Parts: sequence; C-alpha cells; structure tokens
Amino acid sequence: MKMKLGTMAVAAVMAASPVMADLVFPSLSYRTGPYAAGGIPFADGYADYMTLLNERDGGIGGVATRILECETGYNTEKGVECYEATKGEGSLVYQPLSTGITYQLIPKATADDIPVHSMGYGRTSAKNGNVFSHVFNYPANYWDGASGAINYLLEANGGDISGKKIALVYHNSAYGKEPIRTLQNLAEKHGFELMEVAVDHPGQEQKSQWLQIRRERPDNVLMWGWGVMNQVAIQEAANIRYPMENFIGIWWSGSENDVLPAGDAANGYKALTFHGVGDDFPVFDDIQKYVVDAGKAAGAGDQVGTVLYNRGLYAAMLAAEAAKKAQEIHGVADITAGMMRDGMEALDITEAKMAELGLPNFGPEFAVSCENHGGNALVGVTQWDASAGTWSLISDFKATDGDVIGPLIEEDSASYASENGIDPNCG
Amino acid sequence: MFYREAGDFSTTYPQDSQTFPIRFDRYRYYVVLAVALLVLPFVMTDYLVNSIFLPFLIYAIAAIGLNILTGYCGQVSLGTGGFMAVGAYACYKLMTAFPDVNIFFHVILAGGITALVGTAFGLPSLRIKGFYLAVATLAAQFFLVWLFNKVSWFYNYSASGQINAPERTVFGVPVTGANTDAWATYLFCLVFTVGAALLARNLTRGAVGRQWMAIRDMDIAAEIIGVNPLKAKLTAFAVSSFFVGVSGALFFAVYLGAVEVGEVFGITKSFLVLFMIIIGGLGSIFGSFAGAAFLVVLPVVLKIVGVDMLGWPTDIVAHFQLVIVGALIIVFLRYEPHGIAQLWRVAKEKLRLWPFPH
Repeated sequence: MKMKLGTMAVAAVMAASPVMADLVFPSLSYRTGPYAAGGIPFADGYADYMTLLNERDGGIGGVATRILECETGYNTEKGVECYEATKGEGSLVYQPLSTGITYQLIPKATADDIPVHSMGYGRTSAKNGNVFSHVFNYPANYWDGASGAINYLLEANGGDISGKKIALVYHNSAYGKEPIRTLQNLAEKHGFELMEVAVDHPGQEQKSQWLQIRRERPDNVLMWGWGVMNQVAIQEAANIRYPMENFIGIWWSGSENDVLPAGDAANGYKALTFHGVGDDFPVFDDIQKYVVDAGKAAGAGDQVGTVLYNRGLYAAMLAAEAAKKAQEIHGVADITAGMMRDGMEALDITEAKMAELGLPNFGPEFAVSCENHGGNALVGVTQWDASAGTWSLISDFKATDGDVIGPLIEEDSASYASENGIDPNCG
Repeated sequence: MFYREAGDFSTTYPQDSQTFPIRFDRYRYYVVLAVALLVLPFVMTDYLVNSIFLPFLIYAIAAIGLNILTGYCGQVSLGTGGFMAVGAYACYKLMTAFPDVNIFFHVILAGGITALVGTAFGLPSLRIKGFYLAVATLAAQFFLVWLFNKVSWFYNYSASGQINAPERTVFGVPVTGANTDAWATYLFCLVFTVGAALLARNLTRGAVGRQWMAIRDMDIAAEIIGVNPLKAKLTAFAVSSFFVGVSGALFFAVYLGAVEVGEVFGITKSFLVLFMIIIGGLGSIFGSFAGAAFLVVLPVVLKIVGVDMLGWPTDIVAHFQLVIVGALIIVFLRYEPHGIAQLWRVAKEKLRLWPFPH
C-alpha cells in the first residue's frame, strides 16, 4: 500500500511538471491560518508584479515568468514540503516570508544551489555573504530595524535617551527574539533601560503584558509582532491609553490590517519601513491597466496599494531585477537558480533604475556584493493617520548603527560557520 | 481462498505464538519489509522522502509510543508534543556536546532522557485518572515548551532560540545536516521505525503488555489479581516516552534540521498524534502505522489532486483539506470507532471465509 501511494505521488508530480521554458518564481504563500492577513497581500503583490512583467514587457528578457504558488499556512513542515515539491521545476529564488521556514531553507537551498531572499526577516547574520553564500536579506534586517528605531528616538529626544525606559513587546519565537541582543547592546551604549515583554503565539491574549506596561510606564514601546498579535497589541495599548506616537512597530507590525481594528484610537501609531507606502507611484497605473482591469489580479484583487502588497511588489521587483542582472552576466535568457544567485549578488539598485521602473523614491539605494548580502541598512519611519486611513513616511531612509550591528553579525555568522564547517565563500 | 490457516500446522510453541501465525500474513510482512529495505531506497527522491516517508516513519514511532500509553495502558496523554521536544532538545545538546559519538546513540539516549522526564510526569497518574490526567499531561506540554523557550542553555544561547542540527554521519554517510541523500535519511529512520515496532509488538504481547491492558480494562480488578499499578503505569509512561523521545529526536535532527519549539512541538502536535492513533486504531501497532500514513499522506494527495491536477487556488485547497480531514474524523468516530486497524481486521476475517461465507 505504501509503495502504491509513492508511485501515485511520483506520477502526479511528473504529470504536473510542464516543460521548462519560463522563469519560475515559487511563492510560498499563506492565505490560510492565523497569519493569513499578512500573507495574502504580500503574495498578491508578488504575483501581480510578475503578471505585469508578462503582460507589459513579455516577461524578463523575453522569457515569460511563472508564479508557482504553494500554500504553507506559515507552518514549517508544509513549507519544507512546498520547497521539495517546487524546487524540481526550475525555481529561481525562494521568498518564504516566515522565519521558521527560512531557517529550514538556509542549509537545504545552499546545498541545492538555489538562492533564498529573506527580505527584512529570517536570519539577520545572513548579511555576511562570506558565510551564507545563497542567502540574501537586502535591503534591511531586524538588527537594522532595532537600531533604526533607537536612532529615531535619539533624534526625537535631541540625541539623549539615557535613563529612559523602552519596552520591547515581542512574539515569543525566533522572529521576536532577533532584536533583543542588539537592543541590549544599544541600551548599554545609550544608557536606556530595556524592558522585555514576551507574547506567546498567536498573541490573542495580551492583557497581562499591557498591564505590566501600564504599571511600569515605559517612555516608548517597540513591537516585534506578526499576524493577529499586532491588532491585539494596538487595541490593548489604546485601552490603557498609551500614547500612540510613542509606540513603534517593526515593519511587520505596520500594515493596514494592524491599525484598522482599533479605529481612531490607533491614530499616530508608528512603524518602521524599508520601502515606500501608498499607491502614488507610476507603476500602479500600469498594474491597474495591465493586471487589474484585465482581470488577471491575484487573489481577490482588493489589496493593491496596501503596505504589505507594496512589500510583495518590491520583493518581486528586486527578484526581477536580479534575474535581469543574471541574464546580463551569463548571456542567456533562460537562467538557472545558480545564475540567479550570481545576479542577486551583483544587484545594484539606484534611484535612476527605480524611477525607470516606475517606482521613484520607493526604497533606499543599495548595492549587493559578495561580502555584503544585506544592502545599506537604511530604515525609515511611517505613521498612521486614522482619519485619512493612510500611512505616510515621516522620516527618510536613514543609516543605522553599524558599529553595534557589525560585530554582532560577525559573531553570529562565525558561530554558524564553525558549527557547520563552512569555508569563506568570497575572495 | 488465499488468506487462511488451512494446511498451516504449528508443531512447536514458538511457532504457535509468533506474531504472524498465518503463513500468508507472515510472507506479506516479509515482502513489505523487503520492499521497504531493498527496493524503496533506490527509488527515493528528495520530494518523496521529505514530504511523505520521513514524516510517516517518524510520526509512526510517535504514534506507537502514544498508543502504548493510551491504547494499551488507558492513560490519556496530551503531552506528546512536549515529550517530542524533550527528545529533540536532548538530541541537540548531546550532538553538540559530544560530536564524536555516533548520532545513532544520541537518538537512543535522547529517548532515554525523555523516558525519565515522562516517568516524572507520569507520577500523578497513580492518583488521578481520565480527564484529570489529560489535563495534567497538558500542563507538561505547556511547561516543557515554555522551558525550552525560556532557558537559553537548551539552545546553546543562540540569538534566535532556534536549534540547528549539525552534520553527523553513520558509516561515513551524512544523515543530518544539509548534504544528506534521500536514501540515507530514509534508511536511518526506517531502522528506528522497524526497531520500535518490533520492540513495541513484543512488549505488548508479553507480561508487561498484559499488565498494561489489565490496568486499562479495569484498574481495581487488575490490582486484585496482582498487577502492581505503580509499576504498570510507570513502565507504560517510560516506554511510551522513550518512543516519543526517539521520534522527537529524529523529527528535529533528520527531518527538519532546524526547530523552534513553540511552533514545531506545540499543542497541535499532541493533537495530531492523538488523532493518528484514534483514526488508526487504539491498542494496535498496525493502527499506529495506518493512522500516521493516513494523516501524513492525505494532505499531500489532496494538494496534488487539488492544486496540481485541478488547478484550484491554493487557499481553497487548504481550506478544503481542513474540511475533509475534519469530516473523515467524524465519519470514523461514528462508523468505525476502532479505527483503520478494525477495518483491516474485518477485511481479514472476510478474506478467511471468502468465497464461501457460511
């Protein structure tokens, strides 16, 4: 009986594999489960940009793109299954949108010579391309986010935050724990007091955490949350009348889904970002014309211009640009995953290029190199306007504290290299 | 016609008391084993091994473990996820502390450590029964997950709290880490699964197993006829936790390679294994295999049929999957509460009489 099922699966996989004359971009999406509210717009943005390239430009360098969607439900085991099911179809780059699945894929994809782009999530020390040859996390990572938030507070307080109390409300998982070490070092450097408040998955119950915050009265609250945890935290903050302008979320805690449930009470809430917000960019006209009006939008088609849709679109844009670069380097149109990796490593995003793509000032300029897989670590801040129902960028993309982050990245990647016996990849 | 004992005479007691007394059954078992050992490793692909065979083999060990406790000894446990986490973290600590010792022994030792932890959490079972014991094991589940999240010694003080399996080899062939071959990981897990099944089968039909079943059927009566409930219940907890610990260690080291305790070993894992033994059949080794296969393979098949063949949107298929699995659980509980194992037994009875049912 076992054998029969095995052969059935093989037959099915074989029947499902078409000829490889296209550029395959797998999308490990989650449109179900407790984190679906974040997963849907990202997957839609990613798919719509690829559709736009096919409809408007005839693909990338003349080769059509194909989105291969696989539902993970934010579950690591399903993510592994999705990876194994899709990697044989010529998948070029994986964007798992989950810290757990990223950690799974780092060794597997490296062994299979397929790049992983964990944009603004995943393992922070993957910035060190010397150790993580196939993992990219440009344009910014969590430690940049932590430092960016502290820099923003420094600026707002005239350069001195010593003696202040800053609370970190975090998802009690690998994702939420990422910034703690950086924040501890920054606390030492700038003399503020860090208060760690953990929220367990999925984060629907946070009464005791916010009671603690009400009692201890921190000057600022930072949040590393995802999914339903964000909405609940913002609602709870409103319930204890915590001033919203002192409350800053990471980029995964700053979408419309997170602030809308709290209504007017969420007005003034801030979130970090590494890309532009809103749909006031020329590329959205093309998306409207070629994708939405043509009835080819992914999902329900109602997410265009939301924060996470823009992030999916940005991820697709960076992937497409890297593919172009790879075609340029290797001189072939139908690239492989290994070539895609070279393209990602040579990626150079300038303002002129973004303007040409219809995304002027959408994100920071950066260039990837063999040693630096993480970009220039520029982080901006957005703020929610509840009456207008829009996010707006209130601080430019600014540099973060490389003196603190650099050594931490060095330390963490060195321990990964020694645990796994990895030789330096560059030079 | 095929399946009957006619002409099959036992001349010695060992022949009479073997696991498969009917010749056809015995040969079928040898064929399955031969196919699993000699044929499947050669046709194994990354996709097959990672989406079907590794989860099936590993969940089968966990299901056997829980079946010993719940199906044979009658002690309901909701702590399976927590005990799997003990196995995984024990294996991780052993792997990183003693890199020169073979991974095979680390997995066994991880099972041993889990057996100790399981016995400790089994102590309340002497005083509390039924639903109350389920709640006590639920406490173990939450406590263990909290412990592995909180105390950074368990994950060697890594910044993210994740544990990663370094590369370890058996006879020079890597079985953990990134550079493994499909056949190697498959065979490694198969050895543990077959070993666990043999051990469990022989324990359950021996004196220990009969004591467990006596406790399950009526603990006061068992005590009167001379079964020591302390010994019976604690051995059940220890043996069950040993198997669950081995499966947790394999789950982390061979199958996933990187684990975050809250996500992988949460309460859903406890329920999943419990569903496996309920659907497969309580108090049956074959039922553990059938339940594990059913719940591992069904989602994959549904996905292949729905997404790859019919081209439906992935979210619709994912929702359908929940509906179908839920409906099947209800159907099983209503029409065959003894699970797939009972269907199998009924089929065998019918086969023995076929084609002359009277």
